[in-house]
Amino acid sequence: MNMEYLWQGFGVALTMQNLLIGLAGCFIGTLVGALPAIGPINGIALLLPIAYSMGLPPESTMILLAAIYCGAEYGGRISSILLNVPGDAGAVMTALDGYPMARQGRAGEALTLSGLASFAGGMIGATGLALFAPVLAGLAIGFGPAEYFVLMVFAFATLGSMVGSNPVKTLIGCVLGLMLATVGLDATSGAYRFTFDEPELSDGIEFVVLVIGLFSISEALLILEHQGRGVTVIRKLGRMMVRMSDVTKSTGTALRSACIGFVVGVLPGTGASVSSAIAYTTAKRISDTEGTFGKGDVRGLAAPEASNNATACGAFVPMLTLGVPGSGTTAVMLGALMLYNIQPGPMLLTERPEIVGGLVASLFVGNFLLLLLNLPLVNIFARILTVPNWLLVPGILVLSIIGVYSTHASVFSIFLMLGIGFVGWLLRKAGFDMAPIILGFVLGRVMEVNLRNALAISGGDPSILFESDISRILWGLAVLVAVFPLVLSWRARRRNVRMTAE
Amino acid sequence: MIRMFSKSMAGAMILAASMGGAAFAEPTKPECLAGAKPGGGFDLTCRLAANSLLATHEISKPMIVTYMDGGVGVVAYNHVISKRSHDPNLISAASSGSALLIAQGKFGKYDETAVRWLGALGADYGVLVVNASSPYKTLSDLVAAYKADPKSFAVGGGGAIGSQDWMKGSLLAKAAGQPPKEMRYVALEGGGAVLTALEGGHIKVGAGDAAEMVKHHAAGKVRILAVMSPERLPGELADVPTAKEQGFDIEWPIWRGFYVGKDVPDADYQWWVNAFEKLSKTPEFAREREERGLFEYTVLGADFEAQVKSDVSRYKTLASEFGL
Repeated sequence: MNMEYLWQGFGVALTMQNLLIGLAGCFIGTLVGALPAIGPINGIALLLPIAYSMGLPPESTMILLAAIYCGAEYGGRISSILLNVPGDAGAVMTALDGYPMARQGRAGEALTLSGLASFAGGMIGATGLALFAPVLAGLAIGFGPAEYFVLMVFAFATLGSMVGSNPVKTLIGCVLGLMLATVGLDATSGAYRFTFDEPELSDGIEFVVLVIGLFSISEALLILEHQGRGVTVIRKLGRMMVRMSDVTKSTGTALRSACIGFVVGVLPGTGASVSSAIAYTTAKRISDTEGTFGKGDVRGLAAPEASNNATACGAFVPMLTLGVPGSGTTAVMLGALMLYNIQPGPMLLTERPEIVGGLVASLFVGNFLLLLLNLPLVNIFARILTVPNWLLVPGILVLSIIGVYSTHASVFSIFLMLGIGFVGWLLRKAGFDMAPIILGFVLGRVMEVNLRNALAISGGDPSILFESDISRILWGLAVLVAVFPLVLSWRARRRNVRMTAE
Repeated sequence: MIRMFSKSMAGAMILAASMGGAAFAEPTKPECLAGAKPGGGFDLTCRLAANSLLATHEISKPMIVTYMDGGVGVVAYNHVISKRSHDPNLISAASSGSALLIAQGKFGKYDETAVRWLGALGADYGVLVVNASSPYKTLSDLVAAYKADPKSFAVGGGGAIGSQDWMKGSLLAKAAGQPPKEMRYVALEGGGAVLTALEGGHIKVGAGDAAEMVKHHAAGKVRILAVMSPERLPGELADVPTAKEQGFDIEWPIWRGFYVGKDVPDADYQWWVNAFEKLSKTPEFAREREERGLFEYTVLGADFEAQVKSDVSRYKTLASEFGL
């Protein structure tokens, strides 16, 4: 196995500039994660245009975004433990045992222990990524338009396994994204589609505009709407040192959960919320012999934290090796690469090893930085939880508008972003998830162009889509991942029916 | 309106005062608008003007390059026409691709008469390439093979149907006496993707520009069968015959030039033309131009106005002939 890219990556990640960028990203990420209102995807969406217009090279931007992503997985635990409100989707399970611990006056211990568990998860995840990426990227040779199209079909099929959300709404969101991707100049025929004679729409809806609108603007509106929903912050942290007995007790759980988290992360379409749920329930099933889970058990705290950090790393595997996003956040990062005119896909590792290597290496470096930030400075982050909304909302809005204007220098984009944000807010109120829209948007264009190019090569004969071994394997996998969750849910329902019958 | 009036008055006065052709209407804040993201062809065109104008002391202050991406220059074109039509400080980058879009009515509601065309400072030329292991050694080989079995030829180019690369492919089809509309054309994303598709064997012929293909030709990865220029190109392409030499009347220059707003006073327009004229004769400019992979192609002022108009009408004829 060729690990040369990783050494090259450490060379990139350990330059002074990228270390500082990584540190800044870790800090911002922890902040973003700790604030219950905004998750990693908001942080990335807001910071991406700023990084881009600052003229950062692509590898530095990716390091920044990856640091934010991982930082948010660390930061999410803070509000889960102190507020009983998860800071981001991956930290939902952390509250189950973290908050009870805090109420018992062991908040400091819970924060330190979960920080250590996060570190373990992150390191295991990063190691898995470093080993896995070159193996998958070896398949890259032989990808033509037909194979790319089937790869996209596979990516869409995995959306069906997005557990925890309403499948019909996931599908609708996905189709919305596909429809938005058709706006603009048609890459094959050169015709303008759905531009309404507006030159500003001739290149389609800009990615940054869509992402910031859907995530940041709609989020700001949601926060405004929920003004006055009171929560109690636990301010007394207690002692920060953990008991050695607690560490030994939870080590096994943390390691197992990290492995679960990584595997779940590699599967496209599933995210930290799924993996932490699986890790928590697995830990409960194996270790909860005295019924202490849910009442402040350290193992119940370690399991979701180790797993959600490993998932963040695992999600980079399909993104970096296949150009298929494993989560909404990695979809945004793919869009970031495209902003730099870098086409993500199986060739990325060969063509731009400094980007892939730099990102992977920065995850190792970032985990150390995050541990350093999160243990001694946890007090500062805890205090940020009390930032009032009247400061937060205008801050998000100002950053959004600056971000969009700095990448596109057009007022039209700002209004488009605000419009999209408003629609996004309505959709979220109706229970839609924003991630499938972004996935549909990012994948849709690639899918369409490659299908049409494949058919242009074959002269309209669809058999080209089944010609190579790669495409046949991908078709098989696509059917498998589409059907598998259906079977699982059918079995679960049958079991439920049987249980209620008894 | 008053400001505009006084500005054109001032312009007229300067024109009157400078009958001898001496130019002292140097723009106070020279700016070049690139209608794309940084790094593309328009950016390159602007940088060529900005660097060489400063290097030859035609301007005393550095020229600012600004970007406005959207629809391969459509957004910038509309912006100049509607918002900055009087601004004598501003020149905007264009290429023969802009003329092609205008000819197809894809440049918003305006045509080529909505701006003043300033001049072209360099050009690239179309090429047809095949994989180095391809059996076709000359353009005649390729045309004959295409004629024999047009359905087996996937032609790839870095643009949609109707783009310059598609046009180059269509000229091949036309030379073989086949309808371009039935050509199996694969629209790829830029010249890099054309090269990858050629090497991967997904397409048989690639249409592109000389400057982006020359390195891969020299490295022996692909073979350029013909350059679409009136004469052979210098440097590493000196051994590649023109299409004309091989008996095909195919020429496809891709010029890179500039326009200014419709209402820019004659004096200012003339200042730019004079500056470009003087500039084009310096060795500094020749070096700057070559660094950007462009060949000599200087057409200025009224000549360029006429050239753009004839280009647009030629493209219109081709487009209807090719069934667009």
